[in-house]
Amino acid sequence: MAELPNTQETLTPDTFLRGLWEENPVFVMLLGMCPVLAVTSTTMNALAMGLATTFVLVCSSLLVSLLRNWIPKQVRIASYIVIIATFVTIVDYSIQAISLELYAALGAFIQLIVANCVILGRAEAYASKQRLTTTFVNSLGMGAGFTLALLALGTVREILGNGTILGIHLFSPDFQPWVVMILPPGGFFVLGAWLLLFNWLRLRKERKQAEQIGVTAHAR
Amino acid sequence: MAKGIEIRTSPHLKRVMSVERIMRTVVLALLPICAFAVYQFGLSALLLLLTTTGVSILTEWFFSRRSGQGNTVSNWSVVITGLLLGLTLPPGFPLWMAAVAAFVGVGLGKSLFGGLGYNVMNPALVGRAFVQAAFPVAITTWTPAFAPGRFGELIPSTLTLPFMQPIPVDAWVAGLNMDAWTGATPLAIQKFQHIETPIADVFSGMVAGSAGETSAILILICGLWLAWQKMLDIRIPLSVLAGAVMVALPLWLMDSATYPSPWFVLCSGGLMLAAWFMASDMVASPVTARGAILYGLFIGALTVVIRLFGGLSEGVMYAVLLGNAVGPLISSWTQPRVYGVTRKSADKRDAA
Repeated sequence: MAELPNTQETLTPDTFLRGLWEENPVFVMLLGMCPVLAVTSTTMNALAMGLATTFVLVCSSLLVSLLRNWIPKQVRIASYIVIIATFVTIVDYSIQAISLELYAALGAFIQLIVANCVILGRAEAYASKQRLTTTFVNSLGMGAGFTLALLALGTVREILGNGTILGIHLFSPDFQPWVVMILPPGGFFVLGAWLLLFNWLRLRKERKQAEQIGVTAHAR
Repeated sequence: MAKGIEIRTSPHLKRVMSVERIMRTVVLALLPICAFAVYQFGLSALLLLLTTTGVSILTEWFFSRRSGQGNTVSNWSVVITGLLLGLTLPPGFPLWMAAVAAFVGVGLGKSLFGGLGYNVMNPALVGRAFVQAAFPVAITTWTPAFAPGRFGELIPSTLTLPFMQPIPVDAWVAGLNMDAWTGATPLAIQKFQHIETPIADVFSGMVAGSAGETSAILILICGLWLAWQKMLDIRIPLSVLAGAVMVALPLWLMDSATYPSPWFVLCSGGLMLAAWFMASDMVASPVTARGAILYGLFIGALTVVIRLFGGLSEGVMYAVLLGNAVGPLISSWTQPRVYGVTRKSADKRDAA
């Protein structure tokens, strides 16, 4: 991740889009791998986890940004964790109230959002230095990027591992589920496959840019 | 210089040896085992071997072209992977699953690591481990050997449509009217019913099992021929077998009613095939002499431990994969001392 300058960032579409693609927390920065691998066995779990994390990310970033001039530098990490933990508790109780089934499926990983490095990373690297508006847009983008990545894994794993998407059967009842895909190794396989795709796209783009530079150099 | 002494510096090569030549010889050694598999299980085994080999070649061709290595199919190593994979699968294994196994084995197990010479584990076993985890029922569905019409008809599950569950074989097996057929391999019968199939049967291969693992004697002959041709390090297969006996013998002496005899352990299941053709994989095994022995003993002992105390009836696949994984560590432990360097001075140098 590029070192962000200490100056205030002006609000551009890129503030939001960066989190989706260029600095995607999962596929580019490889942060928060624990929930990515653990709770993406179905699309529903992935979506719930993504939304819960996005909520915590946006709220805690906002509060950190709001309090950035009051938090003493020496105790900033502890303060961020307290703020994050507050919102994790809210999410924890909310999910319990909405769906006990989902709560059981996600297990300890809801509480573990508190240790998700995407959130602490955003607080430290961005929210503690930027204005409220840019922080809001940026953390929303990061949250969307995280949710998208979880969905990308969850969908593939559920379709192959169970023949369903969001619990709806896609194929005939004779479909042979690939049991390995909903087991832990499947998480690694699918994540690896997505990373392969993203790296390949990045390399192709770099090669094309290099070629263009070469062509213009020749033209001169 | 018609009869003179040719003087040159080392290495003193007595014959031309290339990767291609080694691989061709190994393929040649595998052919009798393949032929026996086809003779025993019929058309289905033939199609299975052709599918795994064909898909392996296509996968290798695709990845080697994309990675800019040129065409690496011509060095024959991928043919070995395909044949070995086919030999380790049940004869009635659906062809589409076999294709998945071959693609994952060569793609994930070999090409993504950089191709021949860079694979950490044996590609054929990586493919098999993947389908074992993905399709646990299909890979433990066995069909009888020497079915009467095996050259005229296929085992029904062979031609399952892609992505569909295998067609059940129970009715077909019942229709064969084979008295001796009990629906399991000798290993499973031993593990769950504590009945040992006669040694003569498992030794000669007159039993059910994976396509190419049944005949211990045939694999032994082919492996010994390969060792005589100096195409494999004979320390590895011998120490794998020794490792298996080392664990099996004391247990059998203590309680021969529960535990199988060492002979049965050696001849049944895939141990023989894995010892001679998979553990001895030149790329994925340790290079030092002492390392090769340690590695073999580890695989052999672990196989028997998984068989007797694990949930599965056969454990040689995981044992070899784990052996491959610790191979580099064993290699670095067993570095031979450089001539003229004492152990003390070597330690001093390492510490510095």
